[in-house]
Amino acid sequence: MVARAADAPIDFQREIRPILADTCYTCHGNDQAKRKSALRFDSRKGAFADLGGYQAIVPGHPEKSSLVERIISTDPDERMPPPDSGRQLTPKQIDLLRRWIAQGAHWQDHWAFIVPKRPQLPAVRMAEWPRNDIDRFILAKLEQEGLKPSPEASKETLLRRVTLDLTGLPPTIAELDAFLADKSPGAYEKVVDRLLASPRYGEQMAVDWLDAARYSDTNGYQLDGTRTMWPWRDWVVNALNHNMPFDQFTIEQLAGDMLPNPTESQRLATGFHRNHPLNGEGGRDPEESRVEYVVDRVDTTATVWLGLTAGCARCHDHKYDPIAQREFYQLYAFFNSIAETGKVDRGSNAFPMLAFTTPTPRLEKMQAEIACMEKTMQGKNAEQEAALARLEAEAIETEKLPTLGPWQSLGPFRAATDREAFETQFGPEKDSRPAEQYGDQRRTAQQYADGQTIKLALPDNSALYLARTITAARAMELNLSLGSDDGLQVWLNGQRLLAHNQTRPAAPDQEKVPLKLQRGENYLLLKIVNGLGPSGFYFAIKPTEIQQILAMPTVSRSAKHRDSLRRYLLTKLPDLAPLRAKIANMQKQEKELRAKSTYETMVMQERPTPRETYVLIRGQFDKKDLKHKLEPLVPACLPPLPAGAPHNRLGLARWLVDPANPLTARVTVNHYWQQFFGIGLVKTTEDFGSQGEPPSHPELLDWLATEFIARHWDVKAMHRLIVTSSTYRQSSRVSPDLLERDMYNRMLARGPRFRLSSFTIRDQALAVAGLLVDKVGGPPVKPYQPDGVWQDFSLGNIKYVQDHGEGLYRRSVYTFWRRSVAPTMLFDTSPRQVCTVKASRTNTPLHALTLLNDVTFVEAARALAQRVMLEGDPAPAARIDRAFRLATARHATPQEMEVLTAGLRRAESQFRNDPAAVKKLLAEGESPRDKKLDEVELAAYTAVMNVILNLDEVLTKE
Amino acid sequence: MDPRLERQLMMTRRSLFGAAGVGLGSIALATMMAEDGLSSQANSGPSKPNVSGGLPDLPHFPARAKRVIWMLQSGAPSQVDLFDYKPGLAKMLGQELPASVQMGQRVTSMTAGQAKKQILPSIAEFKQRGKSGMWISDFLPYTAGIADELCLLKAMHTEAINHAPAVTHLMTGGQQPGRPSMGAWLSYGLGSANSDLPTFCVMTSRDREGTCGQLFFDYYWGSGFLPSSHQGVKFRGGGDPVLYLSNPDGVAAPVRRGQLDDLARLNSMRFDAVGDPEISTRIAQYEMAYRMQSSVPSLIDFSTEPEHILKMYGPDVHRRGSYASNCLLARRLAERDVRFIQLFHAGWDQHQNLPTQLINQCRDTDQASAALVMDLKQRGLLDDTLVIWGGEFGRTVFCQGNIGAADKKYGRDHHPRNFAIWMAGGGMKSGLTYGETDDFSYSGVKDKVHIHDLQATVLNQLGIDHKRLTFKFQGRHFRLTDVAGEVVKDVLA
Repeated sequence: MVARAADAPIDFQREIRPILADTCYTCHGNDQAKRKSALRFDSRKGAFADLGGYQAIVPGHPEKSSLVERIISTDPDERMPPPDSGRQLTPKQIDLLRRWIAQGAHWQDHWAFIVPKRPQLPAVRMAEWPRNDIDRFILAKLEQEGLKPSPEASKETLLRRVTLDLTGLPPTIAELDAFLADKSPGAYEKVVDRLLASPRYGEQMAVDWLDAARYSDTNGYQLDGTRTMWPWRDWVVNALNHNMPFDQFTIEQLAGDMLPNPTESQRLATGFHRNHPLNGEGGRDPEESRVEYVVDRVDTTATVWLGLTAGCARCHDHKYDPIAQREFYQLYAFFNSIAETGKVDRGSNAFPMLAFTTPTPRLEKMQAEIACMEKTMQGKNAEQEAALARLEAEAIETEKLPTLGPWQSLGPFRAATDREAFETQFGPEKDSRPAEQYGDQRRTAQQYADGQTIKLALPDNSALYLARTITAARAMELNLSLGSDDGLQVWLNGQRLLAHNQTRPAAPDQEKVPLKLQRGENYLLLKIVNGLGPSGFYFAIKPTEIQQILAMPTVSRSAKHRDSLRRYLLTKLPDLAPLRAKIANMQKQEKELRAKSTYETMVMQERPTPRETYVLIRGQFDKKDLKHKLEPLVPACLPPLPAGAPHNRLGLARWLVDPANPLTARVTVNHYWQQFFGIGLVKTTEDFGSQGEPPSHPELLDWLATEFIARHWDVKAMHRLIVTSSTYRQSSRVSPDLLERDMYNRMLARGPRFRLSSFTIRDQALAVAGLLVDKVGGPPVKPYQPDGVWQDFSLGNIKYVQDHGEGLYRRSVYTFWRRSVAPTMLFDTSPRQVCTVKASRTNTPLHALTLLNDVTFVEAARALAQRVMLEGDPAPAARIDRAFRLATARHATPQEMEVLTAGLRRAESQFRNDPAAVKKLLAEGESPRDKKLDEVELAAYTAVMNVILNLDEVLTKE
Repeated sequence: MDPRLERQLMMTRRSLFGAAGVGLGSIALATMMAEDGLSSQANSGPSKPNVSGGLPDLPHFPARAKRVIWMLQSGAPSQVDLFDYKPGLAKMLGQELPASVQMGQRVTSMTAGQAKKQILPSIAEFKQRGKSGMWISDFLPYTAGIADELCLLKAMHTEAINHAPAVTHLMTGGQQPGRPSMGAWLSYGLGSANSDLPTFCVMTSRDREGTCGQLFFDYYWGSGFLPSSHQGVKFRGGGDPVLYLSNPDGVAAPVRRGQLDDLARLNSMRFDAVGDPEISTRIAQYEMAYRMQSSVPSLIDFSTEPEHILKMYGPDVHRRGSYASNCLLARRLAERDVRFIQLFHAGWDQHQNLPTQLINQCRDTDQASAALVMDLKQRGLLDDTLVIWGGEFGRTVFCQGNIGAADKKYGRDHHPRNFAIWMAGGGMKSGLTYGETDDFSYSGVKDKVHIHDLQATVLNQLGIDHKRLTFKFQGRHFRLTDVAGEVVKDVLA
């Protein structure tokens, strides 16, 4: 509103292009189909083109410029813009155009498509005011406009402002007292760092991103089924809390699945572009839906990262910005090959999906127990293995087969009959250890092979004794396999073990004789008795399986051998099987529980073969322009994909965050600015194109954008930079004069002051009441909502089942979001149907009704009343002041205190006479009430707290 | 100076003086629908008495209607059986619909695979009604009784073929959610003529049997990219008529009044300290909330209605949330100068139950629809109230399912190429049948009216040039009628 000298240079970007764009581009712009002549005002070439002997714009000569002639013509056929277009130029605009041409018609390409250059810091006079470079730009403009910055806000205001901005919650009394007491120079910066590190930060910052991503817990449209996208929401909160750099944040969400060896988290991130509504309406062609989803992805990507309204080019060339319809579909091609069907596939989700297990306390406890038991088991196993090795070594010793001495034979001794030969004791059986000679028979060494049937050629009716030593390392058992032709007797160390007279040919295993050997030498004696004809015997030791295995060299043992040995050795150890069974049982339970906590959530994934992309004529899903097959490409007005970059989503994502991209950094820092100051440096957050509003501080925007890139897309660093600036720290008090000069505070001669989001208003109420449950993440919750809201819209099909307990008091970002009917306790919410990057901020009586009457806020008032009655000084003024401080961060003034204490007295007398009302009011909400407190008093305080929680100051960031 | 800024400053000064000298009441002047930073009790100049909010250049020309009541028959009533009389079809029962008529047009996937497209003539008898001789079927006896009040548009058409996109198209001018609905446009453009009630009110009801699954989405009455204060306020059929309207249990009126007085005092102290005019608006909005708390209960209290009026609307009028009850409520809102009153009634989607359900659906709605027109007329309100009755598209002349199935499980599919609606009052010609269709009620052949034309015509009656009521969003000047729409001059009185 500062008067401009008539000859002040006119800024094309700020003053001329918006007029041309708004008034002329519809017919003289980028849309080829609508362009009526070679004349176009969206390019330098077109604007100065020779139109057949004349030009629309002749630099320096308004009188020769047909543009001027046409805009001032009174002939309706000549007049531009045409009267029936609905557009008109004001006399001021006509004057501007004329003067701009007179000044030489200096033309510049659209600012937003030129890569930002690091601007020089402007000189300022109030050199002591700037705290960082942001302030230099703001101050320079203020000084140019003849304005002065406001003084710094009070410490209370500042702490509340920055705490609400960075965490969405008010400061606690302890935080407030600590900050007020901290007189050190870096006190404020310390607070900022504490807030940036709080897990509440990610929850606060996530809300705008969820709006942009059109996040919802249901699909929308007719069936509005409940989908599972909250794992993605938790991914966002987590990424913000961990200060994931914005370039990585971008790449993972747009193409995490295409990164090499993507992690589960990277795949989960791609849920970003599955947040659009899903239409499962009967009678619908799935392809029509699928096309809508792809279009939505292009629109959303363009809006969020590029600040471009690409959607305008779906049906025709963009009228204002250089995006041809063909280019829209080239962008579309990047998102056209997701492996999706256009249907709702399973559990109200649509393919592709990712199975995602969310940790629950019970599951985690169980897993910990299993891990603990397995560790025990492992320990036991290790112990056992050591024991087994020891046992084996021992067994090799103890079970070592004895040494057999050579055979000595005595006999044959003849008799009359075989029976006589069998029964007659010829001598050796009397001695435990055979002597040299019995009768005329001497001991003779023999070489009989073991394990073979040996022929003896004894005379008929005779007996032969065979003896040998068996030397054992330890006392042990040894089985013998014996055979004889015919009768047989066996002694060990003089003790007869077997006597079996019968007629038979000798063969293995006719007799099985266990020997109990003593340590050292043992003496084995056999007596073979022959009846008639051939004679012989069989001898072999029969080691047990274990003895055999033990006798083998370890390398020769087969798996079966090793197994048998292990089983044998285990019998000698304590039994671990019950523990093992317990583990198995618990593992089974864990698996069942895990299945219950495993969710399928929607993610992006490419089809094996890409879909072919064509222009859709007039944007209709079934009208492909088959003549021109399109490849994924970015619009020509922006830098191309770098050489060698893949033409797929990953290439696109990387291109978005390439420093050569003129838009992404600017658009993103503008989102941040909007978040803290209420309005972006570019007011049209969603449109950086020619129809968008030029930036209020172009150099500052470019400085922030280049700073963001230089700081490697460090989001928290940018937030810190903004909130530690002097600009941010100003008082938001406004004088009528300043209001007149700068109603919307675009110059920032004062701090931001605007109503909190309804998310924050609710969270703040829960926090000051001491009701807030600060659990991060997990499935959405269903706090209080009036009966019938869901049934009303769904014709009774969908019923709201409210939570009890902690679900009532979680932060609003976790509230179940039904796309068709948003949570009723929230207001001015983004519709979550399509991408929204600027929240609505209105002031209506319906908000007043919600904040005064909704049980959420009434309960908060009751709990706050109880809190101040139980904590601290019981004087009414002290209690009220404490509540006031919790809600506003400052003490009430004496005048305010007078109103509030009078209000308390009035409410007390009103409730004193109405005990029934007291009971009813105190029954609001499910949180427990301290029964010790006087009911009338509690009701009266509740009424006062209800007032405090509705103060404009409480609803507002000051 | 920006006129909005001028208003703003005027208000700020007034608030300042008001707070100092006159008392709280005078601070609480701002409007029901004020955008933050754009708070305005504006346009209270002499040209538009009792109007708050709205754009300075509206109306563009003198209005014929002050308000609109739109009774949206959701699910799509069958024009074949109700309004589009085709005697020639009677002989053609079961015959294949000629390909020349179908012209390969898109049908829904529900009948796309159906081999035969057999003609199903009207299941109802038609007669000529009133002095004008308008053809209306026997299924709508009460509507037939007011034929001379009606302007029947017989060759309506749209593009959308499924319910949600079609209702969205009809209400917002685009098939995808995201644009402002007509009521929101009017609230934005014309402001409010009532200081105790929202200027855009919505009511929903459903057929008794709950035969169809059509839902009523918030965005049917949403504000799209306009400030959300312009979205329709839904009056509910049960519980609080407006969400959170009642005081909390145990907070009696004197307690609440005391709270609001304290709140206003404290807020005005804050205004003195920080100077933000938004605070004055906040005080005003809390006062408006208080007024709504007293005006809405009396609004929905039918006990003051005489018996003969209640009888007109039929017995259902006593069932809160029924269509009949909503019709009476619509009249009461109209009397209070609410600008846009939107009724939605579900249950017209007879794919499989046309022979049995259509008559019930008509019985549920016919009497009350006609009663509303006559009730407005006898109060002199019909002249400046535009009443609209109709669905989001029409139904096919061919049968969905098996004609003559013993269980009568057949009906008609969606049909966007041709449907019928009627309007009454608000400067429309009466007793007029406008538009002609082919012999099969398949396509309009003369005086076709697209839904964008209908929207342009409605705005025209309210004094608005539909091309000039625009809002710049994402770089484009959006309007209700998208890039089309012509006022249907032939139907204007």
